[in-house]
Amino acid sequence: MVTNLAIVLPANSDNIGIWIAAFLTLCIYSFLYKDNPFYKFAEYLFVGVSAGYWVARQYHNSLIPNLWNKLVIDHNFLYIIPGLLGIMMLMRLIPGVAWISRWAISFVVGMSAGINIIANLQGNAIAQIRGSIVPLWSGDILTSIYNWVLLIGVVCGLMYFFFSIEHKGFFGGVSRVGIWFLMVSFGASFGYTIMARISLLIGRMQFLLGDWLQVIRM
Amino acid sequence: METLAKLLNKLKTLDRRIIFTLTALAVIIPLVARLGIPSKQITNEVQGLYDYLDKLPPGSKVLISFDYDPQTKPECHPMAIAIVRHCFKKNLIIISIALWPTGASLADQVLTDEAKILGKEAGKDYAFLGYKPGGAVVIQKICTNFAEAFPTDDKGTPLKDISVMSGINDLTPFSAILSLSSGDPGIKQWVMIAHEQTRVPVAGGCTAVSAPEFYPYLNSGQMFGLLGGMKGASEYEQISGFKGMATAGMGAQSIVHLLLIIFIILANISYFYEKRKEKLGIVD
Repeated sequence: MVTNLAIVLPANSDNIGIWIAAFLTLCIYSFLYKDNPFYKFAEYLFVGVSAGYWVARQYHNSLIPNLWNKLVIDHNFLYIIPGLLGIMMLMRLIPGVAWISRWAISFVVGMSAGINIIANLQGNAIAQIRGSIVPLWSGDILTSIYNWVLLIGVVCGLMYFFFSIEHKGFFGGVSRVGIWFLMVSFGASFGYTIMARISLLIGRMQFLLGDWLQVIRM
Repeated sequence: METLAKLLNKLKTLDRRIIFTLTALAVIIPLVARLGIPSKQITNEVQGLYDYLDKLPPGSKVLISFDYDPQTKPECHPMAIAIVRHCFKKNLIIISIALWPTGASLADQVLTDEAKILGKEAGKDYAFLGYKPGGAVVIQKICTNFAEAFPTDDKGTPLKDISVMSGINDLTPFSAILSLSSGDPGIKQWVMIAHEQTRVPVAGGCTAVSAPEFYPYLNSGQMFGLLGGMKGASEYEQISGFKGMATAGMGAQSIVHLLLIIFIILANISYFYEKRKEKLGIVD
């Protein structure tokens, strides 16, 4: 009986984690046929487990070292302020006093906006403008062509998004070239998207065929 | 001609499950048959990252941020393995963090496994400081004060007790920052905040879907290298001289791409055939 089972079951049949992962993978893929209870079960389980994992990680990696220890061990009472803001955020769970959470949310929104505005100006706007200012003759024919394409692409792309002038005549022609550049970039993005999605499928198949069924060896 | 017309009509109403099955077969068969199609050409962005790390003197500190989760493991995990292995082989000091909660477990797995293979010791050759929420805020903080954001490592050991962390008060002691990213927070935030504020060179690896977003950063010199998706990871494995998960998957990747190109061509033939029929007024 044991021998028969050994023939039927893959070599790693004692690894319950791999079996559970394989079962849940198949549950999720069953949606490709049609929606079914197995898919729903795996979906809900994923949401629940993710939430639990996230809470545990936040507790051990953030709440304890970055708040509790600072207050209780280091006696840095300045940390009472973020602690209070955190409690105010949790008020969202109590309908009667949910409005209190808006203060904490306002703080987060304001702070994030401040950080992102500066970061975007420094890292995106200014640095990219600087990166777009290139010599149109660099001494090397290929680099020069590349620089011309970059210049034409940037100017025409920007023209396309300028809506204060009707896109007709010379301006219409230039904005049309801008559309071509945009289309090429969308095509490249679409190609990359397909590659990304297929990579995920390959990864799951490597798991099913390798770790679980052991048909292939990594 | 009639047969072709029938075939094109059938294509119009083809059950999508047939396409799913064909795609699954196009992945399974090359994997089982071990069809390896290595990249003929190593792209400049991958070579740039490899060369930069390869030329760093032993003992240089590299910050690796694990900004991905198990959903994008097939793309980002092979590059994490290849980069960590390369850094360990070159005796570079790895300080690792995670800005995604589930990235922490993956980081721990890669560092522990590779350290075991190459005989590296936690705290002496590398440190894993764990996950911290906040994304851009965390990056902003460690630009000026590392211990404020990461008072302990992942196991709860205070930074002052970790020998490899001595002298690291901010990001300036690092020779490179590498982000393995599948979204926000990730490479974008590292470039926009860490690189712009400290001028520490930034590079990384990302999912293929987000790769086009980072090419402007390469062109402007804000990044010195980029691994885009499974292909980028396979190229890095190839230069590093080992065959990992990414190289093993590239055969299947190429076959599926071929299949999809055939699908697109057939769909376009069917579309233009329909248009022509409409123009000529032919009714089925």
